[in-house]
Amino acid sequence: MASAPLLSVEDLRVGFVTEGGRVQAVGGVSFEVQPGEVLAIVGESGSGKSVTAQTIIGLTRSPNSRIEGSVRLGEEELLEAGDEDLRRVRGERIGMVFQDPMTSFNPVYRIGDQIIEAIRAHRDDGGKAEAHQRAVELLDSVGIPNAERRVRDYPHEFSGGMRQRAMIAMALALDPELLIADEPTTALDVTVQAQILALLQRLNRERGLATILITHDLGVVAEVADRVLVMYAGRVVEQGTLDEIFYDPQHPYTWGLLGSLTRMDKPRPERLPQIGGAPPSLLDLPTGCSFRSRCPHEFDRCGEMPGLDARLAEAPQHRDRCWLTPEQKRERRLVDGEIGGEPA
Amino acid sequence: MSALFEVTDLVKHFPVKRGLLIDREVDRVRAVDGVSFSVAQGETLGLVGESGSGKSTLARTALQLLKPGSGSVCFEGKEIAGFSRRQMRPLRSQMQMIFQDPYASLNPRKRVGQIVGEPLRLHDKTSSAERRRRVQELLERVGLSPEHYDRFPHEFSGGQRQRIGIARAIALRPKLIVADEPVSALDVSIRAQIVNLLADLQQELGLAYVFVAHDIGVVRHVSERIAVMHNGKIVEEGPADRVCEQPQDAYTKQLLAAVPIPDPREARARREALGTS
Repeated sequence: MASAPLLSVEDLRVGFVTEGGRVQAVGGVSFEVQPGEVLAIVGESGSGKSVTAQTIIGLTRSPNSRIEGSVRLGEEELLEAGDEDLRRVRGERIGMVFQDPMTSFNPVYRIGDQIIEAIRAHRDDGGKAEAHQRAVELLDSVGIPNAERRVRDYPHEFSGGMRQRAMIAMALALDPELLIADEPTTALDVTVQAQILALLQRLNRERGLATILITHDLGVVAEVADRVLVMYAGRVVEQGTLDEIFYDPQHPYTWGLLGSLTRMDKPRPERLPQIGGAPPSLLDLPTGCSFRSRCPHEFDRCGEMPGLDARLAEAPQHRDRCWLTPEQKRERRLVDGEIGGEPA
Repeated sequence: MSALFEVTDLVKHFPVKRGLLIDREVDRVRAVDGVSFSVAQGETLGLVGESGSGKSTLARTALQLLKPGSGSVCFEGKEIAGFSRRQMRPLRSQMQMIFQDPYASLNPRKRVGQIVGEPLRLHDKTSSAERRRRVQELLERVGLSPEHYDRFPHEFSGGQRQRIGIARAIALRPKLIVADEPVSALDVSIRAQIVNLLADLQQELGLAYVFVAHDIGVVRHVSERIAVMHNGKIVEEGPADRVCEQPQDAYTKQLLAAVPIPDPREARARREALGTS
């Protein structure tokens, strides 16, 4: 990883004031995205994965939020950027795709007009006809059939999968360097999901588009990611390459996630390995490791927060927050010979 | 083995109407279009399909929550298709439903004790002290605590709410539970807990399940047999492993090929084989 990172997030902290008190949604997250790389951020609800992504593009700014740390896109510090600069960055340098293609478009405007508006908001020199032509090309490039005609459709005339394609087309309208996709396929059927994932892979390959993919689905991660961050209760608990995370996972939470997956390519186990308990409340995080109340391997040292450190000599980029030794981890993560969580 | 629950040629169409003063039926949505299946006592039938396949309509029509257009539904050999709500009432204790969204399926103004105790109050004329004791047992049985009796649904997480819905469903010791996407709204780490809880209850109470879901991985894990639904029809049915490992129908094959493999090497190999990478 010698090249300069495209995006560099350092010790990002995001807190919100709520009725129940101050919630630390993101509690010190650092990572980099290299040009052309697909980085997956995996976590459950409340893990802070979406807040991290939204904060990168300034969507969590509010009188009720407190944002600390640094987010640099190339040389530009985004956390200190003014509204005008941020608006330019969103769209021109970072495209964003959200989970719900039903609500991301304005229902009363034609799809094409919304894409044209996005283009012309940033490139006021170009003519309308030019922007129209560009919208047709974009829809065509994400696999919308008859783009010439469909550009005049309203959002309700598109299926869920087509709307998500159109959303991706709009995110790509200004040729961004980075795409942030927040659960882009969660609302879609699996057959449509497979098409959208193939599209994201093609864009990554053909345009060298760097992507941050936020998802709870490790199946989706295995299909498209180069590197993975696993988040839990506002922090990264493990990070590594795709293969490191799947074949040599170091954190008990990662084991649990991998173990609880249903696999179509293997005989089914009698019982699904499960993670007991529920994620902790962000209003009342335990001291030390946030996962320890659910962890079957807890011991006295867990009262102290482990750092996100490289603990394997052979893999300096593979980091995790767990005090167990690598030998203990390799032994304890096995349930009936497979990587899993707690034997159910 | 004789069937506990048998559905034959079930049809449910929804008319599409148009017109200013007089609605004319211009088309119909064939949500369930001649479907047959059966479930034996203690068995799990998985019903898998994508959105719009008709699987939820089928579940509701089979339980007479929607009025069927035609076809037959037998429970323990007795025809119940077209039964009115009043006629269904004594049978409701035998067949219960678990819903997808644990946020929408529990009345937010009622306490957990009332929610879980409601079927007992309606069907068994028990004293309120007896009812309280039984509800507390049920809460423990599904992994909650008896102290949760006086709490409100909003005080619980999604997984705990689904446990409340399950406690309500098993309160009357039913023989059949139709579960419509019972785990798809839950976080991954909670999903396995609920799947395992349903398996335990099946063992203990001899329940039969119709497990409706879009996630064929989960369906395969819980089911003895799987029926694949597409466009209102069952396109393939058979033992769970056979359907997943040697699918016969073109749509089943397509569905299985689209399921992501949570194993990077396998996923890569498949993409290369399919030429999509």
